[in-house]
Amino acid sequence: MAALINKLEHEGARAICSRHGNKPEALLEILHKTQQADSYLSDEALRTIADALNISRAEIHGVVSFYHDYRREAPADHIIRICRAEACQAVGSEALAAHAEEKWLTPTGGVSADRQIGLEAVYCLGNCALGPAAMVDGELHGRVTPERLETLVARRVDEAEGA
Amino acid sequence: MAGSVKIFIPCDAAAISVGADDVASSVVAEAARRNANIEIVRNGSRGMLWLEPLVEVETSKGRVAYGPVAAGDVAELFDAGFLEGGDHDLAHGITEEIPYFAKQERLTFARCGIIDPLSIGDYEKYGGLAGLREALKMAPAAIVDTVTKSGLRGRGGAGFPTGIKWKTTLAQQSDQKYICCNADEGDSGTFADRMLMEGDPFSLLEGMVIAGRATGATIGYIYIRSEYPHAIKTMHKAVEMFKAAGFLGGDIDGSDTRFEIDIRVGAGAYICGEETSMLESIEGKRGQIKVKPPIPAISGLFGKPTIVNNVLSLATTPVILAKGADHYKNFGMGRSLGTQPFQLAGDIARGGLVEKAFGVSLRILVEEFGGGTRSGKSVRAVQTGGPLGAYIPVSGFDVAMDYEALAQSGAMLGHGGVVVFNDTVDMAKQARFAMKFCEIESCGKCTPCRIGAVRGKETIDKIIAGEDRAKNLEILDDLCDLMTDASLCAMGGLTPMPVQSAIKHFPEDFGG
Repeated sequence: MAALINKLEHEGARAICSRHGNKPEALLEILHKTQQADSYLSDEALRTIADALNISRAEIHGVVSFYHDYRREAPADHIIRICRAEACQAVGSEALAAHAEEKWLTPTGGVSADRQIGLEAVYCLGNCALGPAAMVDGELHGRVTPERLETLVARRVDEAEGA
Repeated sequence: MAGSVKIFIPCDAAAISVGADDVASSVVAEAARRNANIEIVRNGSRGMLWLEPLVEVETSKGRVAYGPVAAGDVAELFDAGFLEGGDHDLAHGITEEIPYFAKQERLTFARCGIIDPLSIGDYEKYGGLAGLREALKMAPAAIVDTVTKSGLRGRGGAGFPTGIKWKTTLAQQSDQKYICCNADEGDSGTFADRMLMEGDPFSLLEGMVIAGRATGATIGYIYIRSEYPHAIKTMHKAVEMFKAAGFLGGDIDGSDTRFEIDIRVGAGAYICGEETSMLESIEGKRGQIKVKPPIPAISGLFGKPTIVNNVLSLATTPVILAKGADHYKNFGMGRSLGTQPFQLAGDIARGGLVEKAFGVSLRILVEEFGGGTRSGKSVRAVQTGGPLGAYIPVSGFDVAMDYEALAQSGAMLGHGGVVVFNDTVDMAKQARFAMKFCEIESCGKCTPCRIGAVRGKETIDKIIAGEDRAKNLEILDDLCDLMTDASLCAMGGLTPMPVQSAIKHFPEDFGG
């Protein structure tokens, strides 16, 4: 619990709040931008945002925990989001997800042991005529087969390691 | 670039998802290698998604289509003389003569796939801004009257008459009113909002300015789901350009109308497609729904009168103002007037967007346009209207696709999604998923939805396991009736629709 009572300032989050005029109605945008910068929402960031917007940490917790997009822990290096909604189910997304879980040895919602791959479910990416759809590190792909998913992920991993 | 050949390669997310960017790079490289003088336009999608990436070449006869093109096909296409519209295995002739496209009635999507989405010049050349200019000459009440007479109903799914909503807000006395565009298109099997925002973004902005003038609102928000990064990017650019061209801000196009637009991005919550939940989210709060009344048209965003309209409703108002209410309402039938962009998805051979007058049968959409399944298996069921819509068996395919006919047959139109399932589908699993989805996405405000979804899923599990089936089916039916009657919004209230329709039409999958 130590982290919850710290008073550390998060300068990045403070600056983002300031750019949004410290307005509470911009909370979602502020959280998005803070998460984009840090990859997740830390205790320090949330405490600083609460202070800047003059709202309680409980209110912020309520918002952060309501929406699926916000993360309170550092994510894996690469994130695979497989669409699990009806249109993709109709063309094999469940089998694709099962393959991914086996390949990277993590259940959906978890990360691989080496923290390289995170596997997430998403309900519709708006690519319903070209399913199964998946996003790999934010890039949308259609007609994704197990083989293609492995290739796409391998390419991202190679690019990151080469960089 | 005199004498250059125009080549259209979509920048639509669906096209990019199957390699459109790679194809564009290949075309540029190959043209350079051959010293060919070309100009690439990144257009929206024509909506023939099974042909994506669909590359079009402008010729004297019209635009010639090639697809689906892979980056590796490009050199061969150049060899086949595609810059002159030459023949090739991937060639489909003149795009607009492809039956799938030629048989449509495109009003809302008239420009999508044709123009460069971020060229105001193109937009105007193909009929854009005519509706706004007409509206700027009209009194607010006259605009509302035209929209009412057109018969336009909310395309988000509820089908409420747009003009009546506008009239309610116009009648409110308030220092501030808002137009909120609902672009939280979360229904599986739907992508029309996304396609329009990526392929013809100015039509949405024009519609919002018209709505502002009609109701006295001066501030607009577009709430786009975070799962649509391409649409978000395009809309941001479009707002900047529209503003720079004088169509946002003060004194719009020389009139006394003032309107500003801001974009808000969702954070992954299906429920935010519900209007009161969306307004809470725009205010920076948890997307929990609110009890109506008061309706948003009277007390909405920040407690002020607010129009909440779907992307397609707003983007359709320019053509109604430009061509008149009669022109629009001459399409369609009964109380479902105008056109509906249907979206064909799931296991379908020719998936994509089909804009047709209301009243076309589901069979024509699935069989004639869609060409049956992509897998080659036979069709077993179709779900219309998203995750809260009914499953329809093949025997029900002659239903006319309009609000009333679908409702009468126990289904719903929703946002126009049509998801095809082949004969391997297990309908008990689909029913279970409907409950599971409700469990994941319920906002938690009311008990029938929050608890009902969990109990519903558990009960279906028992039925699947063969545990006291008759009794559990009865419990499930009772629970579904309760959720329908007692939930505060459509999430809990309509989740029973896919469940009960699956049991009714496919009892064999429930051990019946």
